[in-house]
Amino acid sequence: MSDPTVVPWPRPVSAARPESVLTVDDILVRFQTRDASVTAVDRMTFDVRHGEFISVIGPSGCGKSTLFNVIGGLITPTSGLVTVAGEPIRGPHPAIGMVFQEESTFPWRTVLDNVAFPLEVRGVSRRVRLEKARDVVAMVGLTGFEGHYPSELSGGMRQRVSIARTLASEPKILLMDEPFAALDEQTRLLLGDKVLQIQQTLKQTTLLITHSITEAVQLSDRVVVMSYRPGRLKRIVDIDLPHPRTSEIMTSDAFGHYVAEIWGDLRDEASRGMAEAEASRGART
Amino acid sequence: MSISRADHAPALVGAATLLGLFALLELAIRAGLVDRYVVPPPSDVVASFARIVTEEDIPHRFAQTALEGLGAAVLIALVGIPAGLLLYRHMVLRVAVQSWVAALAAAPLVLAYPLFLVIFGRSAMTIVMMGFISGVAPVTLKTLEGLSATRRVLIDVGRSLKLTPAQQFRLVLLPAAVPTIFVGLRLGLVFALINIVGLEFLINFGGLGQLINELAERYDLAGTYAAIAFVVLVSVLFFLALERTERWLRPGR
Ligand SMILES: Nc1ncnc2c1ncn2[C@@H]1O[C@H](COP(=O)(O)OP(=O)(O)OP(=O)(O)O)[C@@H](O)[C@H]1O
Ligand SMILES: [Mg+2]
Repeated sequence: MSDPTVVPWPRPVSAARPESVLTVDDILVRFQTRDASVTAVDRMTFDVRHGEFISVIGPSGCGKSTLFNVIGGLITPTSGLVTVAGEPIRGPHPAIGMVFQEESTFPWRTVLDNVAFPLEVRGVSRRVRLEKARDVVAMVGLTGFEGHYPSELSGGMRQRVSIARTLASEPKILLMDEPFAALDEQTRLLLGDKVLQIQQTLKQTTLLITHSITEAVQLSDRVVVMSYRPGRLKRIVDIDLPHPRTSEIMTSDAFGHYVAEIWGDLRDEASRGMAEAEASRGART
Repeated sequence: MSISRADHAPALVGAATLLGLFALLELAIRAGLVDRYVVPPPSDVVASFARIVTEEDIPHRFAQTALEGLGAAVLIALVGIPAGLLLYRHMVLRVAVQSWVAALAAAPLVLAYPLFLVIFGRSAMTIVMMGFISGVAPVTLKTLEGLSATRRVLIDVGRSLKLTPAQQFRLVLLPAAVPTIFVGLRLGLVFALINIVGLEFLINFGGLGQLINELAERYDLAGTYAAIAFVVLVSVLFFLALERTERWLRPGR
């Protein structure tokens, strides 16, 4: 099945990109709190091409989840536009599947019924949807746990159930908000491999939000780096590493080079974030 | 094997505790620490069971009180849960009436029984309505609380999958709120049963409450306590049924 020759990933074309399936165009999100207004996302613009794996990285609190919710159609931006296949979105788009940062399995459904949920909603017959769900459960390595309830699973397994549930709906565009954040490093790497493998077989356009540099470099074709407060586009880094990839790529020199490059960008942001947090803590006491 | 034993353990400990307390009471009464004309010895109460069952038509009375309880419970669920949903959906309504409903939950409604007598007559209907009115408020409040406490992210999962409002309610909000709604139903049922038996006692009508009234007036203390045991049995049955229903509606705790 898999092609043994290394396929070079297409280099980005500069201006007009007809093949982009998702565009984020000048998105601005401002939250009005009781006594202040917070700009969570400040004029973010980028696009995602068909079949591409793109990561958005930035320090905690920089507006990643806000951006995720805007692209998913759950938050209406203050200004700007998100388009899917050229159409501006209003509300959740059927082509987009979301995996949330927070634990989001339904505790009253078994693993299999959780995964079959999107199909059930669409009115797929019980037999067909359970069969399909079984396949996806196997894909994320949870065979044998179909009848378990989320409370009987570990955090990492539950996260896999959430991913499987979204995969079962076969979204053309997969959005994931730090799906591995709660996991230990080993599980994270293995699950990352798994997701990449699935993404390659399904040729799924994927946008991953993360704060892990290694994760971003390991998985992505391009990495969108965000700045801290307000969340602005700092840089887009092309990751020109061979495909198919596994976590083994992490030992290569090129990998280290990319990590160092992105860390260089993020270090300023992260330290600025920490300084700001400390200053506001100092101001309060 | 060990699992089934663990399942029975709480019930066994519970029964043993109860028996132990009765034994202590029995001893205290026999030793003269407690006046036997205020609290009859448990052994007398047990001995009087057969008598009141045959002579006082317990099966019939038991059924009457249980059916009144069931009627009130069904009404409470049918009105209380939709009312909670209505308050959840309409912010204005919630702000406007939530504190009234809370006040209703705390009011000694049984004092309004003459009004019910006038409206419904001296009938089972009066008793069912009294039970319903006194138990509906906690169900409405707890339904509202449960729906409001549904985790944001679960609602977002539904939204991202473009669920219709009806699907969102049936597949996400309701199951998420079931545990809290059942807390409300338990509370509501307790209030309803207290008021049902209390009203039977007050208006001297129908089921176990009336029997307790009669036996007390005859100074049949052992019989009175035995009749109270049947009231307890009614509520135990209701609680078991509720527990079953909850586990059926909301597996995977
Ligand atoms: N509903 C809201 N109302 C007001 N402010 C908000 C709201 N949601 C987010 N914010 C603010 O917007 C900023 C960005 O939040 P967001 O959750 O998008 O960050 P994040 O990058 O996802 O962080 P993390 O990596 O910790 O998940 C934060 O400063 C947060 O306080
Ligand atoms: Mg976030």
